[in-house]
Amino acid sequence: MPQIAQIADTYASQIFWMLLTFGFVFFVIGQGMVPKVQATADARDAKITGDLDAAKAAFARADEAEADYRARDAESRAAVQATLARAKAEAAKAAEGQLAAADAEIATQIGAAEARIQAASQAAMQEIETVAADAARDMVARISGVEASDEAARNAVKAALAHG
Amino acid sequence: MAESSGKIDPMHQFAIEPLFGTDQLSLGGFNIAFTNSALYMVAAGVVLWIFVIGGMKRELVPGRWQMAVEYMTGFIKSLLIANVGEGGKKYIPYVFSLFMFILLANLLGLLPLGLIGLHPFTFTSHFTATGVLAILSFSIVLAVGFWKHGLHFFSLFVPYGTPLPMIPVIFPIELVSFLVRPFSLGLRLFVAMTAGHVLLKVLAGFVINSSNAGVGYGLTIGSASFILMIGISALEVLVAVIQAYVFALLTSVYLNDAENLH
Repeated sequence: MPQIAQIADTYASQIFWMLLTFGFVFFVIGQGMVPKVQATADARDAKITGDLDAAKAAFARADEAEADYRARDAESRAAVQATLARAKAEAAKAAEGQLAAADAEIATQIGAAEARIQAASQAAMQEIETVAADAARDMVARISGVEASDEAARNAVKAALAHG
Repeated sequence: MAESSGKIDPMHQFAIEPLFGTDQLSLGGFNIAFTNSALYMVAAGVVLWIFVIGGMKRELVPGRWQMAVEYMTGFIKSLLIANVGEGGKKYIPYVFSLFMFILLANLLGLLPLGLIGLHPFTFTSHFTATGVLAILSFSIVLAVGFWKHGLHFFSLFVPYGTPLPMIPVIFPIELVSFLVRPFSLGLRLFVAMTAGHVLLKVLAGFVINSSNAGVGYGLTIGSASFILMIGISALEVLVAVIQAYVFALLTSVYLNDAENLH
C-alpha cells in the first residue's frame, strides 16, 4: 500500500502541497470570489422579493381603488335614487294639491249652481202659487160669485200645495 | 499498471512519483518534491478557479455557468444554515472550498486518463492529504469553540440533562468521541476512495487476465467483470460526490457544536 509504504518519503511533500493548494483555494476562491458570487445571488433574491412585494402592493392598491370605485358607485346610485324619490314625492304632492284645488273649485261651482237651481225653483213655486191663487179666486168667483180675498186664496193654495 | 511479470498491481495507482526532476526539492530539511499528487492538487485548484470565474459575471439574469456556480454556493449556504443556523453563513468560504476541492479531486481522479498513458491519481485516497483537511476542520472547530465559549466549551462533553453521578463517566466518553472526529473525518474519505479505486483495478485485472487466458474465460469472466465495472464506475462517481458531501456535512455539524454548543 503506497499510502503507508511511501509515507516517510512523501508526507512532507503531501502536507506542503496540500496546504499550498488548499490555501490558494480557500483564500483566492473561497474568500475572494465566493462572497461575490453569493452577493450576486443574494441581490437577485432581494430584487425578486422586492419586485414581488411591489406587485403585491400594486394588487392591494388596485383592490383598494376598485373598492373605492364600488363605494362611490353605490353612493351615487343612492343619491340618484334619493333625488328620484324626492322628485316623485314632490310631483305627487303637487298633483294632490292641484287635485284638491280643482275639487274645491268644482265644489263651489256645484254649490253655486245648486243655489241658483234652488232660487229658480223657489221663484217658479212662487209664480205657481200666484197663478194658482189667481186661478182659485177665479174659480171661486165663477162658482159662487163671491169675491175671495187675495189672502184667503193664497192660504188655500199654500195649504193645498203643502198637502201635495 | 501491469508489471513486467504480467501481474497487475491494483495498488500501483496510489504510488507517488516526483515529477519534473523535483525529487530533491526541499524546504527546511523536508522534502517537498512536486509529485503527481501535488499536480492533481494544483489541477483541482485550477479547475475550481476556472469554474468559479464563470460565476463572477454577476449578471442579474444568470447564464448556465453562473447558475451552476451560484447553485453550488447556494447549496453550501443552505447546508450551513440547516446545520449551524444563521451564524453558519460566515463559514461558507471555508466549507465551499473544502467541498469543491474534495469533489474535484475525487472526480479528476476518476477521469480515464490511463487510456492515453497518463497516471490518473486521486490525492483524496492518501490519508496524508485527507488528514491535513481533517485536522484543518478540527482546528477551526476548536478555535471557534474556545474563542466563542472559552472554557465553557468543555460543557460540550456533558450532554444536557446528564445526571450528576453520570458526569465522570460521560465526560471521558464524550471527550474521546470528540477527539476521534479528525481521524474519522480523514480516514473515511481516504478509505472510501481507496476501496473504490482498488475494486475497479482488481476487476480490470480480471478482464485482462481472463482474456489472456483464453476466449472462453474472456467471454464469461471477462465480460461479466466488465459489466460489473461499468456499474461500479457509476457508483464511484456517486461515492465521489457523497464523500465530498459527507466531509462538508460533518464539518458543518462539528462547526454547529462549536458555534452553538448544544
